Amino acid sequence: MTHTRRLQLKTIPLILISIILGPLGNVFLGKAMKRVGSLTSARILDLVPVASRVLGSGYIWLGIACLLAFFIIHMLLLTWADYSYVQPATSLSYLSITMLSSLVLGEAISPLRWLGVIVICLGVFVVGRTSPSTTGAPERA
Amino acid sequence: MLEAALFFFIVVAGTAGELCVSRAMKSIGEVHDFSPKSILSFGLQSLRLPWMWLGIALMSVGFFSLLAILSFQEVSFVVPVSALSYAAGAFGAKAFLGERVSRNRWIGIAVVCLGVTMVWWSSR
Repeated sequence: MTHTRRLQLKTIPLILISIILGPLGNVFLGKAMKRVGSLTSARILDLVPVASRVLGSGYIWLGIACLLAFFIIHMLLLTWADYSYVQPATSLSYLSITMLSSLVLGEAISPLRWLGVIVICLGVFVVGRTSPSTTGAPERA
Repeated sequence: MLEAALFFFIVVAGTAGELCVSRAMKSIGEVHDFSPKSILSFGLQSLRLPWMWLGIALMSVGFFSLLAILSFQEVSFVVPVSALSYAAGAFGAKAFLGERVSRNRWIGIAVVCLGVTMVWWSSR
């Protein structure tokens, strides 16, 4: 098995898990923050009541738990794979975040936005065909 | 203005934080064993590295900015726009981590950015 093939066998499943967990975390955070209300008019004195409302929401902790799991997987990936490979590859999460925003939060997704998401995934495909690591084994991308 | 400032923190502080974490993790080395015990020892090892703490601090700034912007903007708008960090990440990885970003990878990143721009237009 080549070095690149071996790296891909453990890299790709972990990337798939992370593209579900990351967006799920963001959707929960969005749900929690919408309940707190807009912070645009909040003053510095409001910080304590706002923070206690945020921390009292179950959704914020659910979101943080998902993002924490995402973060741990992301760190494991970064011990062997290039940052400039992992970051674009996980951008498939745009597809899942758009679906989840629509399904869970009821956000309206226009055709242009869907098209943009598909273009993002196309870019991910191009990036996915390059070697996961350029600083370790002497392989060409 | 507030929106632009929050996006700036999400993109710049978030990306810089990830680069610091990546630098810390690379100095530990590749993970071969996925048992909970060795993952825990990896975690503890990483907490001894200053780069890790700097990374966590920067990512926290990005995270609280994300929370603030989510209080008044749609998730399906905020997350795509914050993907401006793709370009920042590639430049940072090249300059700071010494990664060789190949031509094909640059093309992929450019296509990703084009898609992100379309998503951004859809909200204007």
